[in-house]
Amino acid sequence: MENAWLIPLFPLISFLILLLFGKRLKEASAYVGILLTLASLIYSILVLFERFSEPTYVTKFDWLTIGDFHLTAGFEVNQLNALMLFIVSLVSFLVHTYSKGYMHGDERFHVFYAYLGLFTFAMLGLVISPNLLQTYIFWELVGVGSFLLIGFYFYKEEAKAAAKKAFIMTRIGDVGLFIGMALLFWQTKSFEYSDIFAAVDAGQVSGTMITLTAILIFIGAVGKSGQFPLHTWLPDAMEGPTPVSALIHAATMVAAGVYLVASLFPLFSASHTALMTVAVIGGFTAIFAASIGLVQTDIKRVLAYSTVSQLGYMMLALGSAGYVAGVFHLMTHAFFKALLFLAAGSVIHAVHTQDIEEMGGLWKKLKLTGPLFLIGTLAISGVPLLSGFFSKDEILAAAWEGGHPVLFVLALVAAFFTAFYMFRLFFMVFTGEARGNQKHVHESPSVMTFPMIILGVLAVVAGYVNTPWFGTFLGDWLVDGNEALAAHGHHEGPVWIMILATVVSLLGIYLAWLIYGKRSVSRNWLSGSGDMMHTVLLNKYYVDEFYQLTIVVITKGISYFLRFIDTFLVEGIVKGITGFVQGLGATGSKMQSGQVQTYGAVAFIGLALLAVIYALTGGYLR
Amino acid sequence: MSSVPASAFLALALILFCIGLYGALTKRNTVIVLISIELMLNAVNINLVTFSKYGMAPSITGQIFALFAISVAAAEAAVGLAILIALYRTKKTVNIDEMDTMKN
Repeated sequence: MENAWLIPLFPLISFLILLLFGKRLKEASAYVGILLTLASLIYSILVLFERFSEPTYVTKFDWLTIGDFHLTAGFEVNQLNALMLFIVSLVSFLVHTYSKGYMHGDERFHVFYAYLGLFTFAMLGLVISPNLLQTYIFWELVGVGSFLLIGFYFYKEEAKAAAKKAFIMTRIGDVGLFIGMALLFWQTKSFEYSDIFAAVDAGQVSGTMITLTAILIFIGAVGKSGQFPLHTWLPDAMEGPTPVSALIHAATMVAAGVYLVASLFPLFSASHTALMTVAVIGGFTAIFAASIGLVQTDIKRVLAYSTVSQLGYMMLALGSAGYVAGVFHLMTHAFFKALLFLAAGSVIHAVHTQDIEEMGGLWKKLKLTGPLFLIGTLAISGVPLLSGFFSKDEILAAAWEGGHPVLFVLALVAAFFTAFYMFRLFFMVFTGEARGNQKHVHESPSVMTFPMIILGVLAVVAGYVNTPWFGTFLGDWLVDGNEALAAHGHHEGPVWIMILATVVSLLGIYLAWLIYGKRSVSRNWLSGSGDMMHTVLLNKYYVDEFYQLTIVVITKGISYFLRFIDTFLVEGIVKGITGFVQGLGATGSKMQSGQVQTYGAVAFIGLALLAVIYALTGGYLR
Repeated sequence: MSSVPASAFLALALILFCIGLYGALTKRNTVIVLISIELMLNAVNINLVTFSKYGMAPSITGQIFALFAISVAAAEAAVGLAILIALYRTKKTVNIDEMDTMKN
């Protein structure tokens, strides 16, 4: 664990190598990226296993010294960090491998791998930061990596707009994080997590301040994790290449917000209001995004809304004091959502469209992708025995125990929606008649299916690290030796919750099967009865339009006004000053005629004037 | 001879200086300008001699200084005329308003 700092360094090396030699390496760039992330992965696994038996390892050195204050940098390997290291490096490695097939033939192949390296470096750096400032630095780096990767197809207008939107919207959240961080520093005189928790524990920070800082920091997490009301960038970010969506917008970056809340959990748990805010925002986002997901027709957008919804789930869990539930779902979600995205990428690779209306009947043609997609769909829907089932059950139990019946119902309905739209997606893509023109449908190369198989296996088995039947290994381990978290460990929920959750998700699947699989119920049955609702959902509750009409218009108005001031007032003054100086210079240069006699005359007049003044004032000026 | 007051000498020097200054600043011919400068120098010499006789602390130093000034002025006139001739050879003119190369 002493050398855990090497883990983020490997992808950084990959980034630098590809930056310098990428053009010459061309498609061989993939091997550089894959090998170096594999090194990270192996190291992360070693660290993870080492962490099972050893206590938390922290090391830091003075970075800046200002007066008595020492700003430190370093790294920390606690349970959460070790787990995140493993998840991030695993998904990153698999995406690196997958991209070799997916991005094959792209002109900027090496640039893509360089960006992937940069992003992986930032993300791995983020999850081992021992203090808020370092976290913030990597947090922003992650944002940059995401910006570059979303805008990878920068020649597409939509991709450009999406990249900008993602960057700006997450920045809005980051302002909250920054202010929260500054306030915390002001209150506790430290950026270190441990110092902050100690100060909070000792009651050095007032209750209001804890609530305020926690909510401000949560705003940062809202931006990064695509929670309502800053969620709109995430579906737009699907303009990026599909492996990027799998890496950034399913498993890692969007999980950073959840990670931040989890790693600052002792701060949040000190304020009931803050936890409640997290839970309400999370619960609302979960059902809000899930309802939009019901009607979308772009395969990646459905998955994007499902991601937003699932992240809401994690926030709900954390907000209901279900620390383990949130982190557990973060892990299982990373696996099955990455799987779903990679499988979706494989489908897109095969049929060259993202519109599910133009797919259909792909089950027989994509012999490997189909079953893997089904596994992911089953897992996310919470079908028993798959990973999603256990983590979702844990969250529902946490929500129930947290004492928010409304939130519990919200989560349950969201689970129903999730099962419905995921199977709607599955049935529309893989069963029925082939729609659209699918000529050369072929299975993806093995370099693409291999990562999917690994993720498929994990999507099935990952849940067994924390089950009510075989022991709650993950839950016990996560809170081990941490008193602040011990109270928020595994919740043994009532059995009826598990049964209810299963019934709800099976109902969703059954309904989806009736409409889209068996087609015994007309597709218009729902949309016809609630025509207005359908339109509203199709337009994503008009959130984008609302922002366009309010915030964007107001901001534009202000900026036009400021531009007016700038061109006419500020520039006018500046123009006036420069004009005056220029005129003065022109007059002065005209006087430099080269006529010695004129010079002499002027000098004489000046001298005479001085003499007159001297005479009149009697020797000195009064 | 002491009936002539100091103010008369000073007035003479002032008139001489003003004539010289006027000539130096207005005449186009460089030779006249040089002559005008000589006038100004001599006005100063008169002042020196006057004050060496009628000053607050009369002393011979003023007269000796005037002698020095006269000899330096002679040398200056020689050098000035030499420069003027050199200029005339290149510019084919002695008009001072055409000698404006300081402009650039």
